[in-house]
Amino acid sequence: MDKNKRKAYIINTISIISLYLVFFILIQTKVMNKYFMGIAIMTCIMIIMAMSLNIVAGFLGEMALGHAGFMAIGAYSSAYFSIALMDTGFPLPNIIVLILAMLVGGIVTGIMGFLIGTPTLRLRGDYLGIVTIGFSEIIRIFFINFEPTGGAAGLKGITKLVNFNNVYWITIVIIILIFTFGRSKQGRAIISIREDEIASEAAGIPTTRYKVLAFTVSSFFAGIGGALYAHYQAFVEPSKFGFMFSIEMFVIVVLGGLGSLTGSIVAAIVLTVLPEMLRGFAEYRLLVYSLALIVMMIFRPQGMLGRSEFSLTKFIESLILRKDIKNSIDGGETR
Amino acid sequence: MTVLAAKNITMQFGGLTAVDQFNLELQANELVGLIGPNGAGKTTIFNMLTGVYVPTSGEIILNDESIIKKTPHDIVRLGASRTFQNIRLFKDLTALENVKIAYHNFIDYNMIQGMFRTKKFWTEEKKAHEECVKLLDIFDMGEYADTLAKNLPYGQQRKLEIARALASEPKVLMLDEPAAGMNPAETAELMETIHFIRNKFDITVLLIEHDMKLVMGICERIIVVDYGKTIAEGTPDEILKNPEVIRAYLGN
Repeated sequence: MDKNKRKAYIINTISIISLYLVFFILIQTKVMNKYFMGIAIMTCIMIIMAMSLNIVAGFLGEMALGHAGFMAIGAYSSAYFSIALMDTGFPLPNIIVLILAMLVGGIVTGIMGFLIGTPTLRLRGDYLGIVTIGFSEIIRIFFINFEPTGGAAGLKGITKLVNFNNVYWITIVIIILIFTFGRSKQGRAIISIREDEIASEAAGIPTTRYKVLAFTVSSFFAGIGGALYAHYQAFVEPSKFGFMFSIEMFVIVVLGGLGSLTGSIVAAIVLTVLPEMLRGFAEYRLLVYSLALIVMMIFRPQGMLGRSEFSLTKFIESLILRKDIKNSIDGGETR
Repeated sequence: MTVLAAKNITMQFGGLTAVDQFNLELQANELVGLIGPNGAGKTTIFNMLTGVYVPTSGEIILNDESIIKKTPHDIVRLGASRTFQNIRLFKDLTALENVKIAYHNFIDYNMIQGMFRTKKFWTEEKKAHEECVKLLDIFDMGEYADTLAKNLPYGQQRKLEIARALASEPKVLMLDEPAAGMNPAETAELMETIHFIRNKFDITVLLIEHDMKLVMGICERIIVVDYGKTIAEGTPDEILKNPEVIRAYLGN
């Protein structure tokens, strides 16, 4: 670990903690009421969903349009688990139950992702997109007809375990894990498949294995997102996890920039908060939303950050040295 | 010692026989050229040797191990790597990352260790970083380490592709038209580079090339194919005088 890295770690840690303190004060002084807190929690969940989708859509470069299906699996399996665990009456602190439920949701979804990914990843591009839509619809319709989890009426009686305090820290941990995954040898191998699959194979990368790995890791984190969602809403119903929800997540990833995790974070915040802010003039809401998308596609088709990552350290340095702020975006824009 | 041997490999696409009963034996530390007119089947032979195609019949032995039906990445691990006729770099990654990806199999940590950045992750990544920088330095490309591959000059891109192929520490290096699109000065530099890496890394080099100056200049042995068959084999001088070769290239 060299000096620059250590500096970056310290700056990021400080900013994470100070951001939390800002929220903490806002909550304590009642500036942030329950409504805003709800938006903040949903934003955190959407950040997790968008980042996990970015592993497949951005790193691997494949079109996956069935992310809501994976979220549904995570939500249902974790909820089913936590209800069963609560029923045993075993005295466990809430946070432990939540973490166990998240792990169950993540692992079950990861296994499903592995099973779905193995056959489907032979397909490419839009064909894969269509197959993933198909699978997520199958999952949704399965839950509509599956009586043990309440069928179409949904699964009730989940203990509400998620609040802003724990979801904030869980999100931070997941952001860090996905970041480090992208910068490990596994992440590099997956990115090389996006760049050129034949060359990647010729460089000694077992491409099929890494494609399935990317899909599995992506669905693992999607499952965790689903688990958080279930334990925040305290109620899950299949209709929530429709095709439009998958598209919503895909739009976030595309807007933020395919392959840019910081882009996904920013876009998830904007696209979760914006519709809420536009609630006042409801009839124009969709208009503004789609206008934002069109403007984006015309002026920045590569997404907000393209493939580069926003670096806080470089941003601060450029502020101090009054250099071009653009340099703070890692790697810079070449086009 | 034979490093790579192909015995009677045949490749048929439907009714078309692209390669017919081709034989090849590469000794350790040899520099062999594979030439032939357009459509003679050179690249098909390459694709069979690197596992992209499975030969219709025949046997390929790499380091005493049959590589028929092995996947390309397995063959890379067994010690044969290649470059491509039309450069295939990871364009949006830096030169260093390009090399690091090919160094993949020597980096030893699992996904969990990578995600939680354990001590092993740091030591292994540091080792990989140093090795890859060293490799780039051998090619005088140290200054380009952080340049995106797509922004490199053409000659450097070719060199980077060779560096990437060497990062997997092969015994046999196969170059598919390394001088394509190069000017005479760049070709001369490339000839030196190929000579140099052969001695430096102690490897066998097999190259397909159209540039006769390059082939005649550096190859110790040349194999000429036409219509999927070997028509001549020998030293550059022998090949130049061979009437079969002259007929294949110039007609009767």
